[in-house]
Amino acid sequence: MFPPVPNPTTQATPPKFGEQDLMRRSASTVTPPAKRQTGVAKLIDVSKCIGCKACQVACLEWNDLREEVGVNVGVYENPHDLTPNTWTLMRYTEYDNPESGNLEWLIRKDGCMHCEDPGCLKACPAPGAIVQYSNGIVDFVKANCIGCGYCVKGCPFNIPRISKVDQKAYKCTLCSDRVAVGQGPACQKACPTQAIVFGTKDDMKKWADKRVADLKSRGYKNAGLYDPPGVGGTHVMYVLQHADKPQLYAGLANNPTISPIVELWKGLTKYAGLAAIGAFAAFGLLHHIVSGPNRVSDEDERSAKRLAQGQSQ
Amino acid sequence: MKRSEVAPGDSVHPGDPVIVDRYTTAARINHWITATSLVLLALSGLALFHPSLFFLTGLFGGGSTTRMIHPWIGVVLFFGFLGLFLRFWKLNLWERTDNVWLGRLRDVLTGHDENLPEVGKYNAGQKLVFWSMSLLIIVMITSGVVIWEQYFSEYFTIEQKRIAILIHAISAIVAICVWIVHVYAAIWVRGTISAMTRGRVTGGWAWRHHRRWLKELVTGRP
Repeated sequence: MFPPVPNPTTQATPPKFGEQDLMRRSASTVTPPAKRQTGVAKLIDVSKCIGCKACQVACLEWNDLREEVGVNVGVYENPHDLTPNTWTLMRYTEYDNPESGNLEWLIRKDGCMHCEDPGCLKACPAPGAIVQYSNGIVDFVKANCIGCGYCVKGCPFNIPRISKVDQKAYKCTLCSDRVAVGQGPACQKACPTQAIVFGTKDDMKKWADKRVADLKSRGYKNAGLYDPPGVGGTHVMYVLQHADKPQLYAGLANNPTISPIVELWKGLTKYAGLAAIGAFAAFGLLHHIVSGPNRVSDEDERSAKRLAQGQSQ
Repeated sequence: MKRSEVAPGDSVHPGDPVIVDRYTTAARINHWITATSLVLLALSGLALFHPSLFFLTGLFGGGSTTRMIHPWIGVVLFFGFLGLFLRFWKLNLWERTDNVWLGRLRDVLTGHDENLPEVGKYNAGQKLVFWSMSLLIIVMITSGVVIWEQYFSEYFTIEQKRIAILIHAISAIVAICVWIVHVYAAIWVRGTISAMTRGRVTGGWAWRHHRRWLKELVTGRP
């Protein structure tokens, strides 16, 4: 068993990280703090998940969210997708394993992966609406969010949702408020099987190694850790029985990266675009300085007069 | 038979100087609605395009209202431009002399209008501005709907939205460049602005820049 995060004291404690620990801030340039905090991570062990949805309930509870009563269409997912109120969702896949002949029930807790290189933050045009703390948590700051939905386009995992109520973007915060006072995320606290554990990223990787070794000893020869390098690694990681086929787990991206279209939009286009506008304006200014205004001469006026009179006579 | 270069409302008034009516009041109102929307769209769009220009959202009451109002101004622009398009498209159809005019761009830029072929109501440069704006506005309204999060988010996939926003950004940049050409040309060629403020130009201006148009107005023959 992984030693659980101890219960908090009842004394008020100052937050362990804040504004001074920003690695990145959307649409802004920040100087990263000289001393980086230890990276944290949530490890979700799919092989231990029993699909009880306690994590989903804990998330609603802690974050004071309410989900609308939905409609049963004969699947286990409830609600049917992530929403502005559902920041984490159990996704159920029935997998008929052709090698073993077993029917496997793969249950993946979906939600923000807290990428080391966050596409949402890269795409965001509003200064400070998305921040990344030096411990790896990527958080949305509601007060600065303008509701444009650019984060939705930037995210390689299809996570952020825009509320129809207040037109703001929402997603898992990794319980940054709880982590700030030394607690683990609410979902981790509620998990009855330790399918969710929380700690430093290094400890989580070590713990994952043990879990992977255990799974391999049980015949899952492709068991492994999902910490995709395409986004610089993530601060929410999965232990998968079939790490060679992440796609099996309700379409988990095999090799997620920020879309090249988003990179082009937020990279070359941004700079070349302003440069082009500047160049056109500069050309106009220069042209006017060099060749001066194109004036109508008195001769032109006289010619027009002759033409007009010639006809009227 | 040559086509007529004269639009409804164009007329010539002999005198000193000769005065030529170029744009009707309705056309000018139509133009300025479109122009105002385009400027507001450029400002609000640039605010969301580059972080260094985010401060421009202050002109619209903050980031959220900028995000909310930008697409609606786009709708105004679309219908405004549609009006201009229906008014002007015919006289902007490309002619063989436009190639000659364009081939002598050096004379155009150095103000040697005497070396250019006689031009009808619009020269090749104006036609290029007209047609590129027409195309760009269709591209921008279409891609703009795809990325209009508030009302249309559920109708398109994320990948479609990514492509749309890239196209939207690039076409907006091109449109702003075309707009700079349009405005600069109006300033550089003195006597032009009054066409859009008062609806009139002097006979000399028409003689110098749109002689074929002036001749048809005077003679009544294309």
